[in-house]
Amino acid sequence: MPNIVVLVKRVPDTNARIIVNGDRVDLSAVKWVISPYDEFAIEIALQHKESDGGTVTALTLGPAEADKILKDAKAIGVDEIVRVWDDSWTALDSNGVQTALSQAISNLGAELVYCGKTAADTGAGSTGPGIAEKLGWASVSNITHASFAGGLTVTTPVEGGSAKVSVPGNAVITCDKGDLKVRKPNVKGIMMAKRAKVTVVSADAPSPSVTVVSQNPPPAKPAGKKFEGASSAQEVARLLRDEANVI
Amino acid sequence: MSESVIIAETSKGSIASVTAEMVSAAIALGTTPTIVVPCTDASIADGAGFEGASKTIAVKGDCFANYDASSWAAAIDAAAPAGIIIAAATPQSKDLAARIAARRGLSIVQDVVAINGMNLTSPIYSGKAMQTVALSGDAAISVRANVFPSAASTAANVSVVDQSGDVATAVKEIIERASTRLDVSEANIIISGGRGMGSPDNFSHLEKIADTLGAAVGASRAAVDTWDAIPHSMQVGQTGKTVNPNLYIAVGISGAIQHLAGMRSSKYIVAVNKDADAPIFAHADYGIVASWEEALPVLESELSSMMA
Repeated sequence: MPNIVVLVKRVPDTNARIIVNGDRVDLSAVKWVISPYDEFAIEIALQHKESDGGTVTALTLGPAEADKILKDAKAIGVDEIVRVWDDSWTALDSNGVQTALSQAISNLGAELVYCGKTAADTGAGSTGPGIAEKLGWASVSNITHASFAGGLTVTTPVEGGSAKVSVPGNAVITCDKGDLKVRKPNVKGIMMAKRAKVTVVSADAPSPSVTVVSQNPPPAKPAGKKFEGASSAQEVARLLRDEANVI
Repeated sequence: MSESVIIAETSKGSIASVTAEMVSAAIALGTTPTIVVPCTDASIADGAGFEGASKTIAVKGDCFANYDASSWAAAIDAAAPAGIIIAAATPQSKDLAARIAARRGLSIVQDVVAINGMNLTSPIYSGKAMQTVALSGDAAISVRANVFPSAASTAANVSVVDQSGDVATAVKEIIERASTRLDVSEANIIISGGRGMGSPDNFSHLEKIADTLGAAVGASRAAVDTWDAIPHSMQVGQTGKTVNPNLYIAVGISGAIQHLAGMRSSKYIVAVNKDADAPIFAHADYGIVASWEEALPVLESELSSMMA
């Protein structure tokens, strides 16, 4: 019966306006949510448990503000909620985050980790494969489907189509949306989540070698050419060839 | 000059054009790159010679037949010299670069679109903001395609390293896409439809142009959510695929922030929309204010005669 960890991250709602103040993003007014791809990871982790038994622990890295999304995960149906944090951490880089999370995963005795393919804030997608490497585990990324009977088999995109891949040992699996419908918390789950206790654990993380210099609004694009009427499509096709040189 | 390592991007048995762009990125970082080509047949590395690169290493092994993150990372790590690791910001290569970085205890900066000394800029919050970070030492980075200039090709100075890897996963079955059309994540030209297309059947008009141009067909989230016949794999946007092709043609797409997040870094954007106030026009290099029913046949016929 697998001991499953699902990684969740607290991010601004993807519909939030992102405002820059000075040279930093100002997130004081945004609504915070579980990163959307992590919701798919929770769903697949719960399906796995329903198939094979075991436990699902939601794990996040962050300060106390992140407890809210752990309780949201609890309401959806995970068994345990754990947060890794050290007040000395100010600006971890990817190596720091992966080091701390992989220690926490080891200490939880996990055999399988599910997480979103990317987090909605950085869009990087480095955490899943990075943790797998630090743990010495296999990893399969961007999966769109998982089946559990006869061992874990996942569907992942490859050039020209997709591949069904069997994953025999310990692994980190990063999840895309695919054909998945995620379950929503029910009233009982929400009541249980209110009383749930977050287990806070500590870990070591190396000091960063990548530091943020500035955050800025995206560069404004110079105004394009706008044409009225369908016949202008002919002109646009010529511009694509002669001006833009893209066809 | 310090060293860097470029992990060559391959596609359909040859070196993809973004590899030449990575050479320019390496030079912008003040480094001289070694090109590393993961392969099962070393002859592919003959196409990986670029002005400004020091040498090319074909890392040849059975493990490279199918993508398996752990064995690829181990085999490339063993064959590649030290230095800044540079990969293409494709889903597979971002994944591989993250593993190699972790293996070497390095941090990683993904989706780089600008380099200034050791300062790197990437989109954050799906392009709603840009973040510049400073490297203090070796790191891994991935660079977006169609951003950096291509280094000129030259004869490759190839050495072959045989490398074995313990494959941790097993491919049971490859499912070829029913269509021969490219996926949006693979294409250099994309034509996408939104809810303004009226029905999923009308996407056949987009497919016709796609086939003329060798393009992929994409869709907005509104279209994917509305019609079951339009699969999520076609979705471009914040909760779909992030693309940055040479040319992106948005048809019947209003330009919600969710969609812009996935395609705003495209080199050229064409918008076709009957609503002259649609937000997509603010991001389009060329806007056509017309219904798609009227505009697409004109576009199709002109493009057909050009490509003929």
